[in-house]
Amino acid sequence: MEFGLSEQQTALQDNVNRFLQEKAPLERVRQYSEEQQERAADIWDGLVELGLPALLIPERYGGIELAALDAAAVCECLGRHVTPSPFLSTAVLAPTAILLAGSEEQQNQYLPEIAAGNTTFGAALSEATGARRDAGVVATDSKLNGKALFVIDIHSDNYLVADTDNRLHIIPSDANGLTINTLPQIDRTRPIGEIIFNNTPATALVADDQGSALRSVIDIGRIMIAADTLGASQEMLDQSVQYAMERRQFNRVIASFQAVKHMCAEMAAEIEPSRALLWYAAHTIDEDPEESHLNACHAKAHLSEVGSFVGKTATIVHGGMGFTDLLGLHYWFKRIGYNRQILGGPESIREEAARAQGLC
Amino acid sequence: MDLSYGPEYEAFRQDVRKFIETNRESAPRGEAMKSDRVQSWQKLLIEKGYTARTIPQEYGGHGGEPDIIKARIIGEEFAHSQTPGGLGGQGISMLVPTLLELGTEEQKKRFIPPTLAGEMVWCQGYSEPNAGSDLASLRTSAVLDGDEWVVNGSKIWTSTAHLADWIFCLVRTEPEAPKHQGISFLLFQMDTPGIEIRPLVDMTMARNFNEVFFSDVRVPKDQIVGKRGEGWFVANAILGHERDSLGDPNATLTRLNRLIELARQETMDGQRLIDNPVFRDRMMKIQARVMSLRFNDQRVLSSRINNTDARLARMISKLQGTELRHDLEGLAIDIMGEIGLMYGRSDYLTDNGSWQQQYMYFLGLIIGGGTSQIQKNIISERGLGMPKEPKFEQKAEA
Repeated sequence: MEFGLSEQQTALQDNVNRFLQEKAPLERVRQYSEEQQERAADIWDGLVELGLPALLIPERYGGIELAALDAAAVCECLGRHVTPSPFLSTAVLAPTAILLAGSEEQQNQYLPEIAAGNTTFGAALSEATGARRDAGVVATDSKLNGKALFVIDIHSDNYLVADTDNRLHIIPSDANGLTINTLPQIDRTRPIGEIIFNNTPATALVADDQGSALRSVIDIGRIMIAADTLGASQEMLDQSVQYAMERRQFNRVIASFQAVKHMCAEMAAEIEPSRALLWYAAHTIDEDPEESHLNACHAKAHLSEVGSFVGKTATIVHGGMGFTDLLGLHYWFKRIGYNRQILGGPESIREEAARAQGLC
Repeated sequence: MDLSYGPEYEAFRQDVRKFIETNRESAPRGEAMKSDRVQSWQKLLIEKGYTARTIPQEYGGHGGEPDIIKARIIGEEFAHSQTPGGLGGQGISMLVPTLLELGTEEQKKRFIPPTLAGEMVWCQGYSEPNAGSDLASLRTSAVLDGDEWVVNGSKIWTSTAHLADWIFCLVRTEPEAPKHQGISFLLFQMDTPGIEIRPLVDMTMARNFNEVFFSDVRVPKDQIVGKRGEGWFVANAILGHERDSLGDPNATLTRLNRLIELARQETMDGQRLIDNPVFRDRMMKIQARVMSLRFNDQRVLSSRINNTDARLARMISKLQGTELRHDLEGLAIDIMGEIGLMYGRSDYLTDNGSWQQQYMYFLGLIIGGGTSQIQKNIISERGLGMPKEPKFEQKAEA
């Protein structure tokens, strides 16, 4: 029995963390955000070199064929370092969709390119987890019309798009009839946007009328986002402890005050069990698919709550400095805030969890 | 991630299941502590190795090799089938492991066999009115007079003192020594002259706790575990065991499933409470916490099997387990609304009032066995490496 990450998975995390520490520290993330760069090509190239886009892709398409838990382990690192990268859509959502619903030809067309790091994906799935305002993409006669809001990883070469009938499509970003707008948002490490479709020619993935591929894509996506929150939360706790050990008031380090210690203990007490929940949820994707939907819901909803608690508490531990841009702690706070809303907020996901068990 | 115990253990699980199926008719059904039925069930379980599994046969145990997974499987199967497992209580769970580690050969032979057999019942004399979280400041004294210790003082929160034959008790024997080095660990009979027991009724109205008063209680000199002044270390050799077992997530899962049933049964204005999205949302929040703690528990188990230490995961389990259980029981009360106020003999009572009782009982467990605040000190100091509170100079007492 081994409940947790394997040695290889820990080694994978070490590699990713080492790269991000060296090549994508907060100063680099800050530059990306402040200059509103579209892509952080240097960071993505490094992640490609580590083989990350190939993670979930089968060997026959040039991939490494690892499991969702490995991808979650990577997302934890990306959250820890507030890394700007299209990993979620490119390495997880698109390959999952193409593997589940793509034709042989589509798989041959896209998967080797993704694995090699030659192309990137964004994902327009927001409407499938609760459409806001007038958003919604309608597919008729191989054409898409309508608007997709809050498209993840908007600066990408292709988009995975869910229509109002829960079918999935792949649209190149230079397709006809496409208007792409970036939406300024609170977490500037992850550009999102809107896409307006005007008779855009669509390559639908193989018919999947029940929407089961879409549901699987959302489940695995939620687990990855939860993992990102886990990493960001752990980093906020670590920074809090470190800051409290250095900051002196009343002639002592503030880490010696119970008021401060207990805030840190409470953060640890929330983070540790949610780590086990996340690992288990990721494990079910490959090993116990019947359980994966419920576990993905709980992992996403619960880590959203844990993340909000940690984001608030860690900021408070830092006092006034926590509120400044100078320190930059807000990058993690905002990352967690983004993760909470994207692909469904906790209230609506908990309702899905209840439905998955026949409780409503 | 590998969640299976392996085929050998699955076979073991089947054995346990078969045993329970065949024998559950003879299991106790709420009989008194020392009844024949309780003792013969205990004897059977020891023979099979389903309790006292690793305790040597010469001390009345089963004499098996330590095996964390088998112990876990036994626990799971008895809990799952709602069959009473081996006897617990502070004698078996705390004193026996202490004696095994630090007792003399004579003490082991004298005390462990009757304790395991359920013939000798113990209570624990640790906390005092002025020594709770700061247990090491305890003041009950023992002074050597010839061949006997003379004990004076009082203990509080003493569970089952009124039913116990013996007490294992922390007393101050070296008043001049620093507080952690002046304590000794004594064993004595509860019918010794000079002991007075007063029940301390708790908020559930149960008479489980007691105050125990000692006036010139005379205890044979050799009824000490460890040396004079080593009592603090004797007591701490096993204190961790107690914390780990409070707020067991598997028991909490059983309660959660019952809670969902309750929400299906109870109605308000004819509408089932499970159809009310506010209550459903609260239930789902609790469910995620229950799942988290169950997986956390599996992580801790797996780290023990693999000889690593999931330190933080282990340290948070008492804090989170008891808080969660209290919240879960409280949600059941809210689902029942005014019916949740019923207590005692009422026709409106659901599940024999267990929700009301457990809601309050777990508030007690948040406090007992190391309060949530003490747990947070442990997590922050030992888990996160934060410094202890600075000590103030002790002022001379007036």
